[in-house]
Amino acid sequence: MRWALRIGSVAVVLVLWQVLTATDTRMWLRFDQLPTVVEVAERFAVQVGGVEYYHDLGNSLARIMTGFLLAAVLGIAFGVLIARSPLLGDLLRPPLEVVRPIPAIALVPIAILLFPTDEQGIVFITFIAAFFPIMVSTRHAVRALPTIWEDAVRTMGASRWQVLFRVVLPGTLPGVFGGLSVGMGVAWICVISAEMISGQFGVGYRTWQAYTVVDYPGVIVGMVTIGLLGYLTSAAVELLGRRVTRWLPREALR
Amino acid sequence: MSLNVRSLTVGYGRSAVLSEFSLAVASGEFVVVAGPSGCGKSTLLRAIAGLIPFAGAISVDGVAVRGPSRDRALVFQDDGLLPWRTALRNVELPLALQGVPRSLRRSRAVEWLERVGLAGFEGYLPRELSGGMRQRVQLARTLAQQPSVVLMDEPFGALDAQTRSSMQELVTEVLAGTTTLFVTHDVDEAVLLGDRVVVLGAGEVERERDAILAAVKA
Repeated sequence: MRWALRIGSVAVVLVLWQVLTATDTRMWLRFDQLPTVVEVAERFAVQVGGVEYYHDLGNSLARIMTGFLLAAVLGIAFGVLIARSPLLGDLLRPPLEVVRPIPAIALVPIAILLFPTDEQGIVFITFIAAFFPIMVSTRHAVRALPTIWEDAVRTMGASRWQVLFRVVLPGTLPGVFGGLSVGMGVAWICVISAEMISGQFGVGYRTWQAYTVVDYPGVIVGMVTIGLLGYLTSAAVELLGRRVTRWLPREALR
Repeated sequence: MSLNVRSLTVGYGRSAVLSEFSLAVASGEFVVVAGPSGCGKSTLLRAIAGLIPFAGAISVDGVAVRGPSRDRALVFQDDGLLPWRTALRNVELPLALQGVPRSLRRSRAVEWLERVGLAGFEGYLPRELSGGMRQRVQLARTLAQQPSVVLMDEPFGALDAQTRSSMQELVTEVLAGTTTLFVTHDVDEAVLLGDRVVVLGAGEVERERDAILAAVKA
């Protein structure tokens, strides 16, 4: 019953869209400028049948995965180091805090100047975007870790490394995954924007390209594709997160 | 396996939590430290465990305590288990830290769980166990560690009366012959478990309810 309702509400939106665009409705908002649902669906079918579509998908996915994985590894490492070592905290935090408020997409000019290829620049932007939420969440999670677990393993004779790998990393996973989810979201925003500005392939590039050649159904196909990719990757992070934090009290799970 | 605490002071001047406290626990002896909440009982155990800085001298078998080590196991009131590890893997942990091979540590952990009456609960996560069962797992973990001295910080303080009395029975049984320092604010528990009873601030007292009560109030 609830599923029927959910699917029904999507259907209503689609029908409304079709009616407004097919009748060239113009009531301040200019629906006559937009393609109809049917046009978009037809365009989608054509694209899915071609090679270029998958080429673009592969490019965008490769960029976001590279940037995101780098951000995950370095974000977790820096978050732990800053939270655990006062010395490294004093050394690393100030420069990071200076860069943090700058939206990653504002770094595009720097990325273009700094990196030999656009490809590396786009990965860099994606990396920066995902790095900060992951680093900050990790830092908070490490700080919030109950000291009793660490005390327990230290009185079992655990070394610093054993404390790190047996207590700190597993204990902070719920918080870290919060950061990974946010990081994946902003990584998509930035990879698409960066592709629109300086890409040669990729879903973002193709979407902007479609706009410049007045292929409006193509624009919508690009948008829907971006939405789907974003949804799938976020769901993957979420699923993995739930698997590795099954030990959390049930109330904390949704 | 004797424990010796001489002139232990934690904190400074007037804000000192413990000052000039001395205590000797002979090998195999079960000593209970009693006293009201906030009198420094937990601090005493944490200092002996090597988790906090202190002035004075603490030694185990004549070897000075400099930091935490596996020869002094600490049993907490609650939540001392790692919540992401099953009961079995919690008991395995001290063995894993010592580098005991997987199959050996697994079979030993199974035995210890059986010893505390938790056969069949190996795969349970701490949150799936009752408070009393979690304390049994902690006890099994402590036994697996095979420390020289066991330090227990109000381990049954959060349990209901019935569970507490069965845990007290279990402790007397499995820790017989193990040098133990047991902290509690429960006078009856002190009388029941201790070979000797020490009241913080009043020194050693007779192992008798009224004597302890009088010392605690003084």
